[in-house]
Amino acid sequence: MASETHYGEGGDVFERVQAMMKWTPQGQALGFEVTKLEGNHVWGRAPYKPELIGDPETGVIAGGVITTFLDQLCGMAAVLAMKEPSMVATIDIRIDYMRAATPPRDVLAEAHCYKIGRNVAFVRAVAFEDDAGNPIAHATATFMVNATRKFGANLREKKS
Amino acid sequence: MTPQGRLTAALARIPYATFLGVRAELKGDELTLVLPFAQHLVGNPLLPALHGGVVGALMELTAITQLAIASKSETFPKTIDVGFDYLRSGRPVDTYARAKVIKIGRRIANVQAEAWQGERGQPIAAMHGHFLVGDDEAANTKS
Repeated sequence: MASETHYGEGGDVFERVQAMMKWTPQGQALGFEVTKLEGNHVWGRAPYKPELIGDPETGVIAGGVITTFLDQLCGMAAVLAMKEPSMVATIDIRIDYMRAATPPRDVLAEAHCYKIGRNVAFVRAVAFEDDAGNPIAHATATFMVNATRKFGANLREKKS
Repeated sequence: MTPQGRLTAALARIPYATFLGVRAELKGDELTLVLPFAQHLVGNPLLPALHGGVVGALMELTAITQLAIASKSETFPKTIDVGFDYLRSGRPVDTYARAKVIKIGRRIANVQAEAWQGERGQPIAAMHGHFLVGDDEAANTKS
């Protein structure tokens, strides 16, 4: 695998990926950022925010925030692995928690799309504060590739 | 305080539940969490669709709350692992979730959950997970 990213032709890839991260209102609300790109690897940050606390006793961030962060970062890694970027849809994601995140530190993560086919992308990720050797959580996810649907598809009545 | 009142108060103490806008409804010992649609929950603004992580978060919150009720615990259990299956895109409408405690062991509980929108029979996502409900007294690790 070549070391350059495959995201489109020309332009500032990093800026475009950063914009993709903020393109989702939920990613924007949670303050997600992309911090580094390399091949089919992407690194990101989920900043600590008091309104995202899941355990008021300890101040530890909610598991749901980690789920959303890892899902989005894994999806990003899948898009980065494509020749022609397309929409992806999560098929499934499994998250194993090794320990609680340390408050009030930001959560960082690295996601790696290690295989992409015509239909499915396979991605792994790890969340940590300082280095992946002391993980908060590991994730394994699969994504449907080319999951592009019509603009406003979910606004139409009755679908299954 | 009624069980419903205690539950509402417990959720109100979790800032993230407030951030999502989650509301709890208790019928007997069966809990339904309701997530009213809000713009900031969107993951794909073109469709628009709820963020998968938000639907996952809703199911995990339902699972740990239902488990706290089932185990009569005052504190919320800790997540060991969770697996989320996405079945349908989450439309920009209210979402509901219910969880089923499969087994509560001495230390670990197994819980399943589902999220749906219009029809209960057409879930948009499913979750299964393991949660820590007790603690071993002595650590058995090398470092």
